[in-house]
Amino acid sequence: MEPNQPQKKITRRTLLGGAATAAVAVVQTSFARGRSAVAVQIGIDEKTILTEDPTKQMGVPPGKVGTRSTFEKLAKNPSDISSRSPLQDFYGIITPSDLHFERHHNGVPAIDPAKYELTIHGLVERPMIFSLVDLKRFPSVSRIAFLECSGNFRTGKETMSPQEICGLTSQSEWTGVKLSTLFREVGVKPNASWFLAEGGDAARMTRSIPVSKGWNDAIIAYAQNGEAIRPEQGYPVRLFLPGWEGNTSVKWLRRLELGDAPWHTREETSKYTEGIKDGKIRQFSFDIDARSIITFPAYPAQIQKGWIEIRGLAWSGRGKVFKVEVTTDAGKSWQQAQLQEPVLDKAHVRFRHLWQWNGATTEIMSRVTDETGYVQPTFAQLIDARGSDGGYHFNPITVWQIKADGRVFNKPENFR
Amino acid sequence: MLIKQHLIQGLVVLTGLFSLNAQYVPNQQSDRLVRPDSLPVRFWFGRPATSEHIARLNDDVRPDGLGLPSGEGVATQGAVLFAAKCAACHGEGGTGGTGGALVVKPAAPGKRTEKVIGNYWPYATTVFDYIQRAMPFNEPGSLTPNEVYALTAYLLTANKLIDEKTVLNANTLRSVKMPAQPLFVPDDRKGGPDIR
Repeated sequence: MEPNQPQKKITRRTLLGGAATAAVAVVQTSFARGRSAVAVQIGIDEKTILTEDPTKQMGVPPGKVGTRSTFEKLAKNPSDISSRSPLQDFYGIITPSDLHFERHHNGVPAIDPAKYELTIHGLVERPMIFSLVDLKRFPSVSRIAFLECSGNFRTGKETMSPQEICGLTSQSEWTGVKLSTLFREVGVKPNASWFLAEGGDAARMTRSIPVSKGWNDAIIAYAQNGEAIRPEQGYPVRLFLPGWEGNTSVKWLRRLELGDAPWHTREETSKYTEGIKDGKIRQFSFDIDARSIITFPAYPAQIQKGWIEIRGLAWSGRGKVFKVEVTTDAGKSWQQAQLQEPVLDKAHVRFRHLWQWNGATTEIMSRVTDETGYVQPTFAQLIDARGSDGGYHFNPITVWQIKADGRVFNKPENFR
Repeated sequence: MLIKQHLIQGLVVLTGLFSLNAQYVPNQQSDRLVRPDSLPVRFWFGRPATSEHIARLNDDVRPDGLGLPSGEGVATQGAVLFAAKCAACHGEGGTGGTGGALVVKPAAPGKRTEKVIGNYWPYATTVFDYIQRAMPFNEPGSLTPNEVYALTAYLLTANKLIDEKTVLNANTLRSVKMPAQPLFVPDDRKGGPDIR
């Protein structure tokens, strides 16, 4: 086989310079040994191999791993404890795995899949240990569903993108074994009403889950979007509870204990609980309330007069999205948006609405109704209903201000 | 006209296909799903977990005291440990730092009262469970049961929930009453038009 020759001499300096950009592209280089050309993955910016006319120059050969174009600047924005998905940069409903939001409680552990074990014990007939190989032998199931952190609302300034307002939601196809299959394997006893899920991370994250959720639709997931779950998402195995607040889908899952009462762990008492009326504190708020957000046009976009396709995401932890309405006149009138099929249960749905902008200042927003009849509330409605000023499970309508020059800004709420 | 002919031909072909498969109704759920009663009761994958194996992993603690180990500690011992291992993140006396405050204190002007052990945690056993499981942040799982009892005693004392002389052990810890406990209610929302 005649080897391809590099189209452009790549000097060591170029390579090093490219590597420093930390972007990855597949380029071809040849080694002195023999005449064989070897395609390697090295860090190089596409701009450095850009030519006037790509049709007049051979391209780079196939690589072992595909890469994102270095012209695309997609990024999560990490803090010490979380990293948010760039919702404004997405199309469709699947979140690229490397842009799935992250929230963990003491970093991402490194777990050897060959040593991985899931132990199930407590109120069961047969306490068992399952290796990763064991789990993959069971009948499998796949499901497209969102995962959202229940602490997913921020406001306070105009210059906030969808990523900053509610970037702690993402969607994947999850594959694994149904927890009900494992429940049958270990023989869950009739008096078991709760189970404790424990992670194998440095926080040994724990949540108490009603056994009914385990029988109903819980998945012991080992794959995400067609490949093994990423370390940030729980490699090699996580619990996945469709529609429930993200932290209950315990990552790096190492142990399930069946019991007859909840454990009241730190993450279900002092955290992930919210103040409601009469000074009460609501606990075990598992379902994610229906929510929608316009992701275009949204800060930092700037629009031009004429036709604009308003685009966004809508979802509900209690079932399917029934409809999404959009207003382009600051709430005076609402029109029903188009929903892109498939409209899946407990899943992000893409909505669209065509709008002809005449250049006037206005406000645009979306509100979702789910199949239970729940209508996404305004910020004021939520504050009024809860008698509190925020916290977990806050899902208000997001208002975008359109300025006369086409710039788009978040309308910040008065938030103590 | 031509288009119409093509359409008609297409319809004939389609109808033909369907008639060939007249017995097959592809949208019935029973075709697409594995019926639960078709699954074996057991697959016999995995291996039994011995009681020794479970004991190595299982250190969780419930409000009724289930899971609390033997051992004991008092606040004065906990104070020494806290200064050495915890104050860097939680502040002197647990009054606040990068890891948050742990002890009730007056709210700063214009701010909310911080949610801490003394005003927000419903069960004292959770303090023990969380320290044992996850603290210190940079050295999780390094404390002995006696040290965890001592630190728990110190934090409960600092929040004025127990007397500083209290010897904390499995019996005394599970009987500590927390002021926030009656405030907790389970979520009872089931969807529908209510905003709550």
